Amino acid sequence: MSRAAILAKVRAALKVEPAQDAARRAAVGARLAGAGGHLVPARARGSGEELVRLFKSFLGAQGTDLIEVAARAEIPGAIVRYLEAQNLPLGVRTGSDPNLAELPWADAPDLVRECGPARPDDLAGLSRAIAGVAETGTLVLASGPHNPVTLAFLPDTHLVVVRRETIVGSYEEACGLVAVELGSARLPRTLNLISGASRTGDIGGRIVMGAHGPRRLAVFLVG
Amino acid sequence: MPARSPKKAGPQMPTGDSKQPRVGLFVTCLVDIVRPSVGFAAVRLLQAAGCDVAVPAAQTCCGQPAYNSGDREAARSLAEQTIAAFDGFDYVVAPSGSCAAMLKCHFPRLMAGEAEAEARARAFAERVYELVSFLVDVCKLTSVPGAFAGRVAYHDGCSGLRELGIKRQPRQLLAGVPGVELIELAEPETCCGFGGLFCVKYPDISNAMVCKKTAAVAAARPELLLSGELGCLLNIAGKLAREGSRVGCRHIAEVLAGETGEPPIAQAAQRA
Amino acid sequence: MSPAASPFASRAANALADLRLQRALADVPGGFVAARARAKAALPEFEALRRTGRDIKDHALGHLDLYLEEFERNATAAGTNVHWASTASDAADIILEICRAAVARLVTKSKSMVSEEIGLGAKLEAAALEVVETDLGDYVIQIRGETPSHIIAPAIHLGPADIADDFRRHHSHLPQDRDLTSPAALVAEARGSLRPKFLGADVGITGANFLVAKTGSAIIVTNEGNADLTLSLPRVHIVLASIEKVVPTLDDAWALLRLLARSGTGQEFTAYTTLVTGPRRPDDPDGPARCHVILLDNGRSELLGTDMREVLRCIRCGACMNHCPVYCSIGGHAYGSVYAGPIGAVLMPALVGPQEAGELAEASTFCGRCEAVCPVEIPLVGLMRRWREISFRQAPGWRSRVLLRGWAFLVRRPRAYHFAARLGVVLLGGLGRGRGAYASFPFAGRWTRHRELPAPQGHTFQALWARRQRGEPR
Repeated sequence: MSRAAILAKVRAALKVEPAQDAARRAAVGARLAGAGGHLVPARARGSGEELVRLFKSFLGAQGTDLIEVAARAEIPGAIVRYLEAQNLPLGVRTGSDPNLAELPWADAPDLVRECGPARPDDLAGLSRAIAGVAETGTLVLASGPHNPVTLAFLPDTHLVVVRRETIVGSYEEACGLVAVELGSARLPRTLNLISGASRTGDIGGRIVMGAHGPRRLAVFLVG
Repeated sequence: MPARSPKKAGPQMPTGDSKQPRVGLFVTCLVDIVRPSVGFAAVRLLQAAGCDVAVPAAQTCCGQPAYNSGDREAARSLAEQTIAAFDGFDYVVAPSGSCAAMLKCHFPRLMAGEAEAEARARAFAERVYELVSFLVDVCKLTSVPGAFAGRVAYHDGCSGLRELGIKRQPRQLLAGVPGVELIELAEPETCCGFGGLFCVKYPDISNAMVCKKTAAVAAARPELLLSGELGCLLNIAGKLAREGSRVGCRHIAEVLAGETGEPPIAQAAQRA
Repeated sequence: MSPAASPFASRAANALADLRLQRALADVPGGFVAARARAKAALPEFEALRRTGRDIKDHALGHLDLYLEEFERNATAAGTNVHWASTASDAADIILEICRAAVARLVTKSKSMVSEEIGLGAKLEAAALEVVETDLGDYVIQIRGETPSHIIAPAIHLGPADIADDFRRHHSHLPQDRDLTSPAALVAEARGSLRPKFLGADVGITGANFLVAKTGSAIIVTNEGNADLTLSLPRVHIVLASIEKVVPTLDDAWALLRLLARSGTGQEFTAYTTLVTGPRRPDDPDGPARCHVILLDNGRSELLGTDMREVLRCIRCGACMNHCPVYCSIGGHAYGSVYAGPIGAVLMPALVGPQEAGELAEASTFCGRCEAVCPVEIPLVGLMRRWREISFRQAPGWRSRVLLRGWAFLVRRPRAYHFAARLGVVLLGGLGRGRGAYASFPFAGRWTRHRELPAPQGHTFQALWARRQRGEPR
């Protein structure tokens, strides 16, 4: 009932006449089908190296911890060292992401890895980002069978692994990588674009970290 | 007519051969009633720039009070009257950003939808300029008759700033006045709280706004506060005077033209 | 009603006298305003993006019926239940029904101005549901029983000391002597208090910054991550959004997102920008089992048909109020409405009628800073002027109408006007010979309450000019 009423009121407000209908639908169809995007800022159109530099500088400005790792095999050790440096217990909650599962965890035997959606007392969650966006230092994570969303929000510390070659300039390009990874243009239930840890300025105008989400975000840049 | 000084760069205006451009001065009601010396300063500057200046008697007010109160009908008929009064001039110049913006930007809007009237308003609007931007952008004036030694701050009136893009021009001319030390107020682009009838409809809110402006003036310590907007100046000068400040407020035209015989706004004449 | 007697004027007067509020408002120029300027300076394409944003919204609004249908189609295909609500109470009824069907007892909410519009919190509580606002600022004002005073910083009018008092009063189970002097301590306490609510909620309600027609998605942005906890932990996620939030494609959303945070808080991007498309997929390890989107009209379709349609471009960034000298003097509560500042002055009369809210459009100097910073170039000044025209026609104050009409009569008769002006000035000059200004003057009480009234120079320009033309000395 409301549906018909609202659409009728909108059409009346726009003074839509039946004669125009085909043209309007064609315009909308073209817009929806069109691949052409809008202006992408110049900063997002640099070389691979420039983009990585830009990405890293934004991470710094956000207060995000950055750990650079030359090879994937070094990730487990790097995670252990990071947790130790933060005085955190050596445990992470993670999803069943094969990209993470096949890392040489045997090299870090003291690290306890638990699998599944985040539990309320988890202190550290480990995720993998499909891409990093240089234009604002943004990580792109997609929900899926292997990637619980709650890992990014419940634990106190969020650890994210991202490959250097997936650092792209713009959000548009990142979406392209998501489509490739998921094998479909269809979006997952949740696409999270994360640009720093949780923060609020609501009290006295001063920024305080860890408002509700993670207090700390650490990015492991691999490659 | 004063002879053109051979030293001054002649205005490059599209009037053909060496005929002086005919400028109709739009006095503005505040200048007319409260501070005519601004009008004479404007005339002096325009003549120094090589213009032939006339002041049509049939002008009264640009119509902002009516327009901004929602009385579109009164504003529209005033617009028609004003356009007719300035028929035949090459340029219409006003020593006020808000009045110039009213004539230039809003007269055509008042006639929107009426083909002939709107065309007339557009043709008129093209000839309308605020004084300082006219002197700089059209007349290409680089030096002015006036001189002032001391610290000077400039307040940007909102209409001139945002509707006509006037920012650089007054500072450019002031920088060329010998002796002037140009300083900037904190938050120069924040409204002073005049707003035409606003300052008397909401005097307490207006007061809160002008207090922030006078605090910025006090912090900057200029000797003179200038603006191209007499409404703003009456507001700020009135507040400064109530606060016992010694800062002198003048219209920028007074300093540029060297017409500073009259005391600053809201200050009494100095006893000799 | 004369401005002096109006509810708005008395609220404004209270606000001006409220030292605590004034202290809080004094921070806005250095905060959000300076931050936006920095963000704009760091992005050369910023002005071009404003034009793009304007065009995207205009196109979407011009084809809103088709994009709403497209959104519904794609959202439904993703498993979302799409509902249409013509009025505020329709929307509230739908939400109550969803909560009832879910046997909900606890509801978490993240920031939604639309939910304020429809008074959702009160209606849910009346149905014996526990409702918890999760945005920290919204949580604080919820426990104070207040309304938000700013669309993105709802507790901007409060200082840490006020919030500490509120927490002591409300979190009575915690030790009374605990230290609440720092913002960090307050945030930690809020985090601890709200965590069990996030975890125990049956239903999570969010707004949406944008709805994407092509993918059937809702986009929600926060810095705290509270929306994400609200939309991923409970069994049911409800998105409440007004119909003008629809944009055609993801590319359109990216363009607008590039403007949103920069304009509102001066950040490059908010910490969390989340796209949700339907409920959890069959193999997802977490996420809500059901996802509902409620498309609310509540006056938008009517606005669409007027010459004030541009106000529907608004992306709720808050830039206009951050830069408004009137808002920064009186704060959001003085407006007495869901939306404050310049956007409130234009939107509220459309939502509740010019009799109720027309005055908001009167309390402006038309300085134009709002429209200079609006990311989608809404002509806010022109729209406020339109409301003044409507108010003038419908119910002008008799006193101002008489004065204005009297003045209008005179200015259309140049000779009479110049004569009257000359007379007036000579009289004034006579009264205050030699003085620069008057501390008081008949009929000028509203001016001289706070300022000296500068004295006229004694003759009109026209009179002096005429004399000069006749060759007489000045």
